[in-house]
Amino acid sequence: MTQTDASPETTGEGRPRTTGSPAGVRTRRPDRATAGAGRLAALLVSPTLLVLTVVVLYPTLMALKESLYGPKGLDPATGFISDTEPFVGLRNYAEIFGEAGARFWNAFWNTTFFTVVTVGLETVTGVAMALIMHRAFRGRALVRAGILVPWAVPTAISGLLWRWIFNSDGVANALLGQQILWTTEGFHAKAAVIVAEVWKTAPFIGLLVLAGLQVIPKEVYEAARMDGARPVRQFWHITLPLVKPALLVAVLFRCMDALRMFDLPYILVGAQKHSVETLSMLAQNEAANVRFGPASAYAVILFLYVFLIALAFVRLLGTDLVGGGGRGRRGFLRRGEVTA
Amino acid sequence: MTTRTTTRAAALAATGLLLSACGSPGGGSGQAGAPSFEGRGPITYVAGKDTTGTVQPMLDRWNKAHPKEKVTFIQLPTDADAQRQQMIQNAETKSDAYTVLSLDVVWTSEFAAHQWIDELPGKRFPMGKMLKPVVETSKYRGGLYAVPSSSDGGMLYYRSDLLKKAGVAQPPVSWAEMTDACAKVKRLPEAKGMSCYAGQFQKYEGLTVNFAEAVHSAGGRVTDANGRPDVDTPEARKGLDFLVDSFKDRTIPKEAITYQEEDGRQAFQSGKLVFLRNWPYMYSLAQKSGVKGKFAVAPLPGLNGPGSSSLGGHNMAVSSSAKNKATALDFIEFMTSEENTATFLRDASLAPPYAALYDDEALIEQYPYLPVLKESVLRAVPRPRVVPYGDVTAAVQREAYAALTGEKSSAQALKDLRKALRKTAAE
Amino acid sequence: MTAITAKWRNGLVYAGVVAVVAYCLAPFYWMLVSSLRRTGDIFDTTLVPSPLSFENYRAVFDPAQGFGRALLNSLVVAGITTVLALLLATFTAYAMARLEFRFKRLILTLIIATSMFPVVSIVVPLLKLFTDIGWINTYQAMIVPSMSFALPLAVWNLTTFFRQMPDELEHAAMVDGCTRGQAFRKVIVPLAAPGIFTTAIITFIAAWNEFLIALSMTNKPGMQTATVAISKFTGATTYETPFGSQMAAGVLVTVPLVVMVLLFQRRIVAGLTAGAAK
Repeated sequence: MTQTDASPETTGEGRPRTTGSPAGVRTRRPDRATAGAGRLAALLVSPTLLVLTVVVLYPTLMALKESLYGPKGLDPATGFISDTEPFVGLRNYAEIFGEAGARFWNAFWNTTFFTVVTVGLETVTGVAMALIMHRAFRGRALVRAGILVPWAVPTAISGLLWRWIFNSDGVANALLGQQILWTTEGFHAKAAVIVAEVWKTAPFIGLLVLAGLQVIPKEVYEAARMDGARPVRQFWHITLPLVKPALLVAVLFRCMDALRMFDLPYILVGAQKHSVETLSMLAQNEAANVRFGPASAYAVILFLYVFLIALAFVRLLGTDLVGGGGRGRRGFLRRGEVTA
Repeated sequence: MTTRTTTRAAALAATGLLLSACGSPGGGSGQAGAPSFEGRGPITYVAGKDTTGTVQPMLDRWNKAHPKEKVTFIQLPTDADAQRQQMIQNAETKSDAYTVLSLDVVWTSEFAAHQWIDELPGKRFPMGKMLKPVVETSKYRGGLYAVPSSSDGGMLYYRSDLLKKAGVAQPPVSWAEMTDACAKVKRLPEAKGMSCYAGQFQKYEGLTVNFAEAVHSAGGRVTDANGRPDVDTPEARKGLDFLVDSFKDRTIPKEAITYQEEDGRQAFQSGKLVFLRNWPYMYSLAQKSGVKGKFAVAPLPGLNGPGSSSLGGHNMAVSSSAKNKATALDFIEFMTSEENTATFLRDASLAPPYAALYDDEALIEQYPYLPVLKESVLRAVPRPRVVPYGDVTAAVQREAYAALTGEKSSAQALKDLRKALRKTAAE
Repeated sequence: MTAITAKWRNGLVYAGVVAVVAYCLAPFYWMLVSSLRRTGDIFDTTLVPSPLSFENYRAVFDPAQGFGRALLNSLVVAGITTVLALLLATFTAYAMARLEFRFKRLILTLIIATSMFPVVSIVVPLLKLFTDIGWINTYQAMIVPSMSFALPLAVWNLTTFFRQMPDELEHAAMVDGCTRGQAFRKVIVPLAAPGIFTTAIITFIAAWNEFLIALSMTNKPGMQTATVAISKFTGATTYETPFGSQMAAGVLVTVPLVVMVLLFQRRIVAGLTAGAAK
């Protein structure tokens, strides 16, 4: 069984070959774009699309429409706010280049900064976690459940917890032996948010990568070991390419979530703090002040931003995710054959 | 929506007041006319989570007396912003789920201007027996839109033991007296490492409260009676300067920039502060702490004499999209009666809107701070009563915070604040 | 010599494990410790609470808070959301991973992008809709909107895990006389178990932690979920932050999840190593 055909594939450079493997003979895809497959696909995909249409598309279209309206005006004679919102076209969008611009771009920059930094740190931490937990050792199940803890703590509660830790008399200052006022404006406020966010969400990446690792057949590693590939090399040339799809999907979802970050800075540092104000906080702030038009415009901009990133990821994941040819499974191909 | 239209049509037909077929009174073009408080039946009472467990027993009493007009208690989150958001969502969807709303005093203008709440028949309620500043918080453009159910005012907590030891006989009346007293106290060996004064200076509603108090206590104002900004004045600047300078010379400890009510209480209770501005709620908690018997309260000090507090508390209003508004009025009358607010004071230590209760001997015995609180409330100035209160308080917090952290001079901060307030007023 | 290296390596692994566990659990430990302090000691920074007090837990389970019921509601909402999302997502992910059809990329992109509209912006239209159809205070009013984030998460993850399975396995099974559906159920699903299980956990937790929708769609105490119930925790007065009982509730909503994961995980991982690695 260990004598699988995976070994010839990983010999030579000690890494799985990408394309044009001898397995090519078998990579004919029987389902390629036939009418039958299309019909089946439509059947299988439509329930999901239907549900998403109801819960997301409808409200999204409402928000899109809303974003073209301005705030209701106050009638100075009666003191009442008018019933209808004035149609303002694209003015809510144009505002971001005008008066509301400084605040918008600050929030935009904060959002981007938080996303890049937290997702970067989370990816490194998460992959490290997964690699460690993938090792066989006693109590592995317990440890694995243990790392779930930060992810399982509700965001609002974790915000409170970290606010407590970062209190002026809190345990963070006690440990550091300094008195940093974490919740005041400045870089330390950003740092506090990043620490809390990475703590909470690195396990998300860790778990998904771990699941990705678990479905890599042992034989691949055994073959590599026989070829004398060192652990570091194994990691870069076997592990990483094979968990890449799972990792990228995890990173994608983390990016999306980080772009929408709201509760954590809001609870940990507070509203209206420009050091940590994100786009979601801005949208929330507008909605809270009954300016649904600008709030929706911010939401739409955030949506477009997110959409572009999702699109980039789909490109990046490319064939790993959406298929086309037999790429992305390499060594497995043969194992399947043998098993069968 | 359909149910609402039907009820409204029915109500209008019943009173013979068929204004328009679409059932949208006023349409933003004018006075909605006296809303008719028609219909009896079950209602809901919507408020932040009851912290004291005293609301439900009171509702049970009502329900027993009104078996056909029972009231259900809908409790919203403790956080005031979340409460407001839920109430606005209810109003925006024109839902009849909420009947009687318990509003924070600063929301009245906004809710009234959006016609989310109805104008109330003023004659039904004993407004004359209530403290005047409290009554002011329930009005919008001269009309009564809510009835005060509780009040709140800031007080100066001070370490009576240390003041006495330092030879200060009376609590300070002015800021200068306070810093003097503090200097004397700090010469005592037991006052080592103590700071002089703190309030609530984190960037949140508490900062607006403290800023407004400083400005009012120096004879300035944030907005005039019509909600127009009037904050770029020498008086207001003296008020803000008191806070700014106190931060600079460490009269206020630097960590106080992160303080909310609880942080200040904690610092005071652990003996780090000589003076603290806080609400009455702290009194009974401090009595259970290490400073038990070592502290007392006084009215807030000001620039040249007593200062003035900002007002807290809640008002009750009727949601305009609700049903059974006749019952709602009766219920508000019941909840805000002198008798029942006295019960809330006794059992939940909620400051009542009625003047007479502050002089009640038995209650003073239970709450020794009542005379001080009465003075505080009587001298209180409401926070700006403006429609876009959220924007106003955000602007105040932004500029005051910038001044306190030294990012801007107080003159610049006030100038920018006036500009920001003008802009919100214009919108 | 190899023995020594192995020992070293083992030691390193254990050191790594300890580091990971410490990193993940230290803040949680702080949460636990804070929840076991008396209200008066809440500002202490000692590592062990003294005296130990369960007053916060008693406060959480005070019948007036309805926290037990709220936990049950959360379980129902998150559970049904997870089951539904996984069911629908399995179909979709199968199509994505195994079938070739037009617009696949676009559909995948759309599925994920739609989930990313800020909840604040969709809650008011949904509230209007659900008020009109009388769904306020029902489980479905919380479950259906939760699908907006649960479903994309499940679709994407399952797609990657299915893609990782060699399709030759399936073909072999079909050659052996299985239908396409049977081959999928009996070969692919068991093999992708770690992925499916992980997806289920992650979806469940995401639904379990949802707050704004659950808050907006309910106004009866009997229908509120745990996160909503926690937001209504109070101190003795308005200004007092009920930090101790919030932390106690945090512990209480986290621990059952972890225990559940622990129980399920043993079975699935065991089943997997028995079946697949051979």
